Amino acid sequence: MTRETITKIFVVLFFVMLLMIPFGMQKYDEMVNSDFFETMEEVQERYGFFLEDVTDQLGINFVHQRPVVDEKLHHILPQIASVGASVSVADVNRNGFPDIYFTNSEFDAKNALYINHGDGRFEESAEAFGIADMNRPEVGASMGAVWGDFNNSGYEDLFIYRWGRPELYRNENGEGFVNVTEGAGFPDYINANTAFWFDYNNNGYLDLFIGGYYHEDVNLFSLTDTRMMPDSYEYATNGGLNYLFENQGDGTFRDISEQAGLHETRRWTLAAAAADINDSGYMDIVLANDYGVDEIFLNEQGERFRNVGPEAGIGFVPKSGMSVAFGDIMNQGQFSIYVTNISEAGVLMQGNNLWVPSRRSSGDIPRYRNVAGNMGVEIGEWGYGGQFIDLNNNGNLDLYVANGYVSAEPDTDYWYDYSRVVGGHRNIIIDANNWPAMNNRTFSGYQTNKIWLNDGAGRFREVARAVNGALDLDSRSIAYADLFGTGAMDLIVANQHQPAKIYRNHVREDHNWVGFNLEGEKSNKSAIGAVVLLHWDNKVTRKMVTGGDAFSSQSQRAVHFGIGMVDQVDRVEVRWPSGEVQVIDNPELNRYHNVREEITEPITQSP
Amino acid sequence: MSRTTSLPKPFDRITFPKSYIGPLLISGILLAAHISFGILDTWTKLFAAIGTAFIVESVLHKAVTGRWRDLSSAYVSGISAGILVRSPMIWPFALCAAISIASKYVFRVKGQHIWNPTNFGIVVMLIIASDSMAVLSIQWGNNMWAMLVIWLVGLYTISKVNRFNICLSYILAFIAFAWVRAAFTGGTFAAEVAPLTGPMYQLFVLFMITDPKTTVRSKTGQSVVAVMIAFTEMLFRFGEAVYAPFYALFVVGPIALLIEMWWEERRQNAKQESASPRKVQQ
Repeated sequence: MTRETITKIFVVLFFVMLLMIPFGMQKYDEMVNSDFFETMEEVQERYGFFLEDVTDQLGINFVHQRPVVDEKLHHILPQIASVGASVSVADVNRNGFPDIYFTNSEFDAKNALYINHGDGRFEESAEAFGIADMNRPEVGASMGAVWGDFNNSGYEDLFIYRWGRPELYRNENGEGFVNVTEGAGFPDYINANTAFWFDYNNNGYLDLFIGGYYHEDVNLFSLTDTRMMPDSYEYATNGGLNYLFENQGDGTFRDISEQAGLHETRRWTLAAAAADINDSGYMDIVLANDYGVDEIFLNEQGERFRNVGPEAGIGFVPKSGMSVAFGDIMNQGQFSIYVTNISEAGVLMQGNNLWVPSRRSSGDIPRYRNVAGNMGVEIGEWGYGGQFIDLNNNGNLDLYVANGYVSAEPDTDYWYDYSRVVGGHRNIIIDANNWPAMNNRTFSGYQTNKIWLNDGAGRFREVARAVNGALDLDSRSIAYADLFGTGAMDLIVANQHQPAKIYRNHVREDHNWVGFNLEGEKSNKSAIGAVVLLHWDNKVTRKMVTGGDAFSSQSQRAVHFGIGMVDQVDRVEVRWPSGEVQVIDNPELNRYHNVREEITEPITQSP
Repeated sequence: MSRTTSLPKPFDRITFPKSYIGPLLISGILLAAHISFGILDTWTKLFAAIGTAFIVESVLHKAVTGRWRDLSSAYVSGISAGILVRSPMIWPFALCAAISIASKYVFRVKGQHIWNPTNFGIVVMLIIASDSMAVLSIQWGNNMWAMLVIWLVGLYTISKVNRFNICLSYILAFIAFAWVRAAFTGGTFAAEVAPLTGPMYQLFVLFMITDPKTTVRSKTGQSVVAVMIAFTEMLFRFGEAVYAPFYALFVVGPIALLIEMWWEERRQNAKQESASPRKVQQ
């Protein structure tokens, strides 16, 4: 054999080897994830939990109906009307069990409130409580709901955000709701897709953040101009304004968005959540923006917000942000941030972001690194709600990610038409008339939600099918709550234009847990913003009470920790928004503890 | 012993090989786009692509020819892969660059490679690794002036290396076929012509279809091939292929080169045949 022939063989073999690399990686991945178990006990033994779809068993028959917008947009209706299915959880009647509220979106379709009686019975009561008829031409279509005790009455009030008029409903001692929007100070029309309660200035009254998606001048139900789409796919500058409404303590709210520094940009905010990420004592805001970069607004002593996204390392690569969730994934006492985006094989590969605090953090601006790829939680699909939940009570936060955009005619695809327009210049992409008709084609539909199990050593593993939790509906909003008082986090999934799903979580019995129901005194009654630090097994785990997070969702108020087979918690530290710090030593395990804020200073009455 | 000193000579006119125009232009466009819009997720992915292209080119060229070679061509392939591949992971960037370069040494006809390396790498990656990568298909910002500047500077530079006719023929053909597609599908002309206004096409038109190594020699032939690429792309677009231009070039490019080689060989043979009888007569 001549040297030339040997060289040729070498070159060809090298080339073939290159071609085999993706195939080899795929086969390895399949081999690693090929576990199959016959019984629930086997699954519990292996993964620590098993999910059971109990939707029908509980009599929960809520089906979301999408909004029907102006007929000028009907050729692309499924993608315009692709949001609005949301779920939020609150103990509406203070019976000790979390209730479930779903939003609907089509005019005359009703929102639903399922009251949890604590004995396995769930009763649809929205009509009786006066919070069913929420989708009407004069007020718009519901996009989501968040619960917070804005008047510190002890009962959770309801805020509905819409493509339309935002409205506030006051809880009347757990027996019904009264619409108190008139004169409260909210705008008449915005296109909101996210909101949360928080006490931005720690004065003891819950304030309200609302994120705008479409420009507030665009009435989606009565369009005057079809030039209302984003002006760029990744650098859009024509989204809706974001709002901060300061609670005046007398049932009214003052719009302080501009002076607070929240009107600097016009991004398309699809999700937002708040947490004190720099331990300043004040809650900061993280925004997941569609068609652009994510943003971090640092709270400057409750006076204004400063956009530090680029300095923090997250505000540089534009993607399609859909959800924001905070979680202490490594039990180091600090929050990482998970933001979902879009990944569609061969077409658009953005990857989800897992922003982990970096050691380079200094001063008041934390710095983050995206380690989603390293930890195995990057490639979702068309993501919406992404939420951290300790599903097996082993002390490591797992991740549930809702996927799927529009499931229509099977074996059809709108991606080709979509890719033509979104690659075009602003004058083309901005005009809905230029967007090709969808004609009932599927668009990233029939995708399966991800359940990524945290191994506690820096890797997550996808187990949805193995734990009986595979769901291939067009899921949007995901909430968790201990619906049956077992100490396990059950799942509630709202699906767009499809039925909602409830999964009961069967966790290994030898996995311990502990929970805390917080109630503020000097701080807001809902204790939103309170941080709980659990010291256990030489680790510190941080959790907090949220006023809404992920995508259009709100999970149970009680703060819950799994601790696996560890049989003792050393200490619990509660940091209240007021600045008070409370310590509980060796709390009893496998039960919830009611914790009322202890006050070391007299309460000032003025807000 | 006398010692003489001489004045320094004035610099000769600064010149550099035309083969460096491409690398300089693509680097300029990338830098402008990244500084303006941050189009690169990280520099790491770009460097992975360029570095891999350098290594594979050096190793394979040394192995095949026994000599080291200039890496400007590898640089263009690497940087193109770094810009065109979109993936949250690093390995698709490196693999695309490696496949691009290796293809030059595997698929050779009469000592010449027949596929544009990056085009080959991208198409193969779309086939074997589509679940891990995509191709740049969205806008760099929404500023019309930035887009116009890139087009004007790019086309001017391309005209300096006598390739402007290829770009012009392709653009005109694309617009004409966009009109045909709109008429056939009932869609709007704006939607059909929209891709041409995006960065994927800036790179495709300025760098891929003008690649000197994989284009035919005659001016007329170049223009005809450009129109054929646009035509084939139209057929792929009727089949709703998102990356139709890459597939079109993948199909048309080698066929055009093979026809040119066959034509050239035939011409040479005819020349020799016509020369041979004269020899006999002598």
